Amino acid sequence: MSTGTEQLVESELDTQEAHAHHGPAKGISRWFLTTNHKDIGSMYLWFSLVMFMTGGCMALLIRAELFQPGLQFLEPAFFNQMTTMHGLIMVFGAVMPAFVGLANWMIPMMIGAPDMALPRLNNWSFWILPFAFSIMLMTLFMEGGGPNFGWTFYAPLSTTFAPPSVTYFIFAVHMMGISSIMGAINVIVTILNMRPPGMIMMKLPLFVWTWLITAFLLILVMPVLAGVVTMMLMDIHFGTSFFNAAGGGDPVLFQHIFWFFGHPEVYIMILPAFGIVSEIIPTFARKKLFGYSSMVYATSSIAFLSFIVWAHHMFTVGIPLMGELFFMFATMLIAVPTGVKVFNWVATMFRGSMTFETPMLFAIAFVVLFSIGGFSGLMLAIAPADFQYHDTYFVVAHFHYVLVPGSIFSIMAGVYYWLPKWTGNYYDEKMGRLHFWLSFVGINITFFPMHFVGLAGMPRRVPDYALQFADFNAVSSVGAFLFGFSQLLFIYNVVCCIRKRNQATDRVWEGAHGLEWSVPSPAPYHTFTKPPKVD
Amino acid sequence: MAPKSHKKLLTQLLLGTAAMFGFGFALVPLYDVFCDITGINGKVDLTPAKYSSTETSNREVKIQFIAVNNESMPWSFKPTQASLRVKLGKTYQTAYWAKNLTANYMVAQAVPSVAPSEAAQYLQKVDCFCFNRQPLNAGEQREMGLAFNVLAGMPEHIKTITLSYTLFDITATSAKDVASNN
Ligand code: HEM
Ligand SMILES: [Cu+2]
Repeated sequence: MSTGTEQLVESELDTQEAHAHHGPAKGISRWFLTTNHKDIGSMYLWFSLVMFMTGGCMALLIRAELFQPGLQFLEPAFFNQMTTMHGLIMVFGAVMPAFVGLANWMIPMMIGAPDMALPRLNNWSFWILPFAFSIMLMTLFMEGGGPNFGWTFYAPLSTTFAPPSVTYFIFAVHMMGISSIMGAINVIVTILNMRPPGMIMMKLPLFVWTWLITAFLLILVMPVLAGVVTMMLMDIHFGTSFFNAAGGGDPVLFQHIFWFFGHPEVYIMILPAFGIVSEIIPTFARKKLFGYSSMVYATSSIAFLSFIVWAHHMFTVGIPLMGELFFMFATMLIAVPTGVKVFNWVATMFRGSMTFETPMLFAIAFVVLFSIGGFSGLMLAIAPADFQYHDTYFVVAHFHYVLVPGSIFSIMAGVYYWLPKWTGNYYDEKMGRLHFWLSFVGINITFFPMHFVGLAGMPRRVPDYALQFADFNAVSSVGAFLFGFSQLLFIYNVVCCIRKRNQATDRVWEGAHGLEWSVPSPAPYHTFTKPPKVD
Repeated sequence: MAPKSHKKLLTQLLLGTAAMFGFGFALVPLYDVFCDITGINGKVDLTPAKYSSTETSNREVKIQFIAVNNESMPWSFKPTQASLRVKLGKTYQTAYWAKNLTANYMVAQAVPSVAPSEAAQYLQKVDCFCFNRQPLNAGEQREMGLAFNVLAGMPEHIKTITLSYTLFDITATSAKDVASNN
């Protein structure tokens, strides 16, 4: 049946694009050699999904262990490897590649370009990733186990006291760093050089704008990450003492360099999400986005500010009072442009004729739940209070609220929103909504109680805990399994959407605007080979 | 469509990437310079003070001495005096005492730190055992001298200074010198 469908799709392509001289190559080499932005986008998204499920299984192992106090399933040493790997895989393997995948698919189609500017580089930046993550996962089977020092790999835990596999970890970080930098370069060159006449910067869709700014952040901080792991490598193998106090180095220096990368990194994971939500809300509110230019300026100022707040992760290392004050106020300042964005989304929905299809449900949940994460961020930004909250489950609750119903929900929203354009078929709306509600309930059950145990003092990254935290932890674990297993619905829905014929219109959504909706559904292998007219 | 040339932009972006990689490493000296200028972090100069100040005052502050063994450094290590009252601008002498409790030759390095960090830049070390590595044979013990003064310009609100030394085992990294010593 599926071959029949493919033939149908291809014959359609031929009639639609008279000069479609070559469609995709046949066989497996299509995927290895492709330079087509749609193929590469799909590969990024599939890769990200695999990583999401891998990291998710690790999260469920962690939650299974934490269901009850005491040690049940995991050795403490292995538990540490799970928390570390879960973080690394979700950040670098799931969220970032998913955004790059969406950028690959959508940026050329949104600005009216035939492809990404540097297609061969594009192929490279994807194919590095599976190797990087195979190496990373292999460390789990090495002597001494995989990385066990947390996703922030603080020295000297990650140098003097690291398992021997840390060298492979460093190599993997280098590889995925190179991949991200190449991807970012490609995005910038595409956006700056490949716009058709008339597509001025202030007409760019917000997803494109936010990705442009994200790409600059990537180029500014990924090399610093490469630098810091290189220093670790030198401390471990070449006798230098960057982070070794005995040799005149300083472990706190590690944290400064890491967070100089790390804080912009968390914005790398949220700015494209802002872009996606800014595309979806106007479509389903059937109104233009409120305050387009203020959105652009707010995003730029968030990006700028993200460079001067890094020490809010280090309030407790003993920085001087002036430093505490500076980083506290600078951090709070970020809430201003963030507030502007939330205001604009709400104003866009205000008096719109809203409908609640799956992408819109995810987008609205994003606005509400991301704001909760922003508020707990503000609480953590209060330096004197952070002495109580730091390294507790309150921090875990904070960053999961901004990352799961933040970044992950925006990715799901984006996938549901553009899936009919990619596959030519509508997904099953009922199943989509069910997936949304199960996820929504699941993540709140999982992460909301973490605020309480955190405030009560439960430390993060521990396999066992004091008895008074037992009830909330049991609740969290139940929520985690609910959320985890609901994702199977998502996968099932996506697979059905690819295989079952349920022809989508070209515009797909009645309220959708933008160049990507002016091409047929499914989007032909080559789009905008002639530059479109932009008015 | 004749695509615009990507070469120029690509070169700029690659240069930017390389520059940021360099910047990551530049943060290492910048960090020390920054701590040095501001006296943040309680980092103390590991070189002798070039001049001892002549400006004296009658103000007195208390100096506390602390000794810490890093990780499992198996030496006995303590100050000979727990604290001293000192007049600003005057040079004082005191000492720490260390004993190698193991059956092996070992080399140690002491790393100083000052609290409050604001006081670090006013505490001048004329001579300090932390300027050199400290080798001790099995079972050997030694007093290690320290000469310092506190500059008169130190802010009024600092009444007590804590000077802490952490002792690190650097036998492994100084193995080469050992070989040449024998
Ligand atoms: C209003 C905006 C925000 C503020 C004021 C804020 C503030 C903070 C503060 C002060 C901490 C340190 C807490 C501690 O370790 O004691 C923190 C941790 C964290 N934040 Fe945020 N944050 C904000 C938004 C975000 C966003 C948008 C993301 C990512 C999408 C994010 C991700 C994280 C992560 C991952 C950590 C924990 C890092 C770790 O120690 O593992 N935050 N945040
Ligand atoms: Cu931060």
